[in-house]
Amino acid sequence: MTSFAPGTFTPAPGRGSLPRMLFAQARTEFVLTLRNGEQLLLTLLIPLGMLIGLTLLNVIPVPSPRVDNVTPRILALAVMSTAFTGQAIALGFDRRYGVLKRLAATALPRWSLVAGRMLAVLGVVAVQLVVLGAVAAVLGWHPQLAGLAPALLLVLAGTAAFGALGVLLGGVLRAEVVLAVANTVWLLLVVAGGIVLSVQSLPGPLSVLAEGLPSGALAEGLRVALVGGATPWGAVGVLLVWAAAAGAIAARTLRLS
Amino acid sequence: MNSPAGSAVVEVRGLVRDFGAVRAVDGLDLHLAPATVLALLGPNGAGKTTTVEICEGFQRPDAGLVRVLGLDPVANGAALRPRVGVMPQGGGAYPGVRAAEMLNLVAACAAQPLDVAWLLDVLGLAGVARVPYKRLSGGQQQRLALACALVGRPELVFLDEPTSGMDPQARRLVWEIIGRLRSDGVSVLFTTHQMAEAEALADQVVIIDHGRVVAQGSPAELTRSGAEGQLRFVAPAGLDLGSLSGVLPPGCHASEPRPGDYLVEGPMNPQLMATVTAWCAQQGVFAEELRIARRSLEDVFLELTGRELRS
Repeated sequence: MTSFAPGTFTPAPGRGSLPRMLFAQARTEFVLTLRNGEQLLLTLLIPLGMLIGLTLLNVIPVPSPRVDNVTPRILALAVMSTAFTGQAIALGFDRRYGVLKRLAATALPRWSLVAGRMLAVLGVVAVQLVVLGAVAAVLGWHPQLAGLAPALLLVLAGTAAFGALGVLLGGVLRAEVVLAVANTVWLLLVVAGGIVLSVQSLPGPLSVLAEGLPSGALAEGLRVALVGGATPWGAVGVLLVWAAAAGAIAARTLRLS
Repeated sequence: MNSPAGSAVVEVRGLVRDFGAVRAVDGLDLHLAPATVLALLGPNGAGKTTTVEICEGFQRPDAGLVRVLGLDPVANGAALRPRVGVMPQGGGAYPGVRAAEMLNLVAACAAQPLDVAWLLDVLGLAGVARVPYKRLSGGQQQRLALACALVGRPELVFLDEPTSGMDPQARRLVWEIIGRLRSDGVSVLFTTHQMAEAEALADQVVIIDHGRVVAQGSPAELTRSGAEGQLRFVAPAGLDLGSLSGVLPPGCHASEPRPGDYLVEGPMNPQLMATVTAWCAQQGVFAEELRIARRSLEDVFLELTGRELRS
């Protein structure tokens, strides 16, 4: 039997340094995402498969060079998968497993419960950009260099928009319901939200609708930036409005358990 | 708004918490003195967890005053949390996180945490440090949750059913840790529905049911109070009770509730026991299974509520 020396638990309370706390939380969640098989399927394997498939197979009409027009949509898909679907599902199950309550009982400030998650999501998005970008380059992708900075801005705004929507969805409902809804919404947006089929190729009203959706705005914005070398401020604006609206609602509805 | 009882680590007065039409906590008072252990004892649904979560700042009271280390747990939560260790009911960790990763994360939130490797070792978790949380046994998850509550060197810990799902060895370890916490100056408030645990660990036991305090005091006070005291022994049936009553001090009464089971009721003291054994010697019989009967907390609880404690 263990025996504890006197003074073992003498109180010495105090708050850890904020950057260290935040980094520890973000790193933990980043590592957990990369270690989770289902998350990897969603964040890397499906986008990779679609990147290669849509580039090499003539299943849907895509302007040529195909890889230049497919890659922006796949990057939008990757951001959506990680920041929205993956994040919502993880949040739903983390709440179920008492993680948020556990962290909320530490010295971590409340806002960092979400900020730490967003940092982790950004880390995963960075990994996705590198992997997908490298594979696209092998397939012959030639993005407009002038569009790289606007594309980065779009990715950040898209991560904010989808991340806020992910927290909104994952922070309220039961884990199983989150799982079902997040996957359904993902599929709908992939098919009809301007990802697989470009916004312009969707039928009339759907095309207008898709342009206002975060999926359509991000995919179309990335196309304008990376194919056209321009800065699509409209798309950035749409994403920021989604981020602000979803974030404001999520801040009120997020439940710890 | 400072608590008048300045020395209290936890001060709760007139606490009320409603969930819709259900009143979970109904005018509850609590007082935890520094470096002492308070057990909140009651059946499931008595309001234990609700009370603790209000003290932790996770829920707002509907009425009443709650002060933890002199602070309002909701309004001053940011100042309070670094000083308080919390073990929520059922633990709390990412399903896929390894035990050591989780404890490291919680340790990173503290200024001067305990050594994580050491803590895992003493809690018997060193062997599962790399095992994901969802694959730990219930008892291991509980021990990890306890480690998370202690790692920040808090001055007060809230432990919600700390030993549920633990095997006897682990339970014994938790008991030892709670004793060491108190000796080292940490105040402890824990909930349990096990009488033995409350009796063994707590300086102060508060028995609650339907959100109200039904009894409180030290375990000794609670189990003594109300009982005149009973001395029981087993001997051949049909001994002369009149002769026994003749040697007992005034106020004592001897009876034989069942043949061969003898009961002496009255104020207990060592002299009375000597008197009874001397009388048995005179009768030429052994007083077998001689014992001072003491009420258990379960007896107390049953008397107060008429309900099973483990319901």
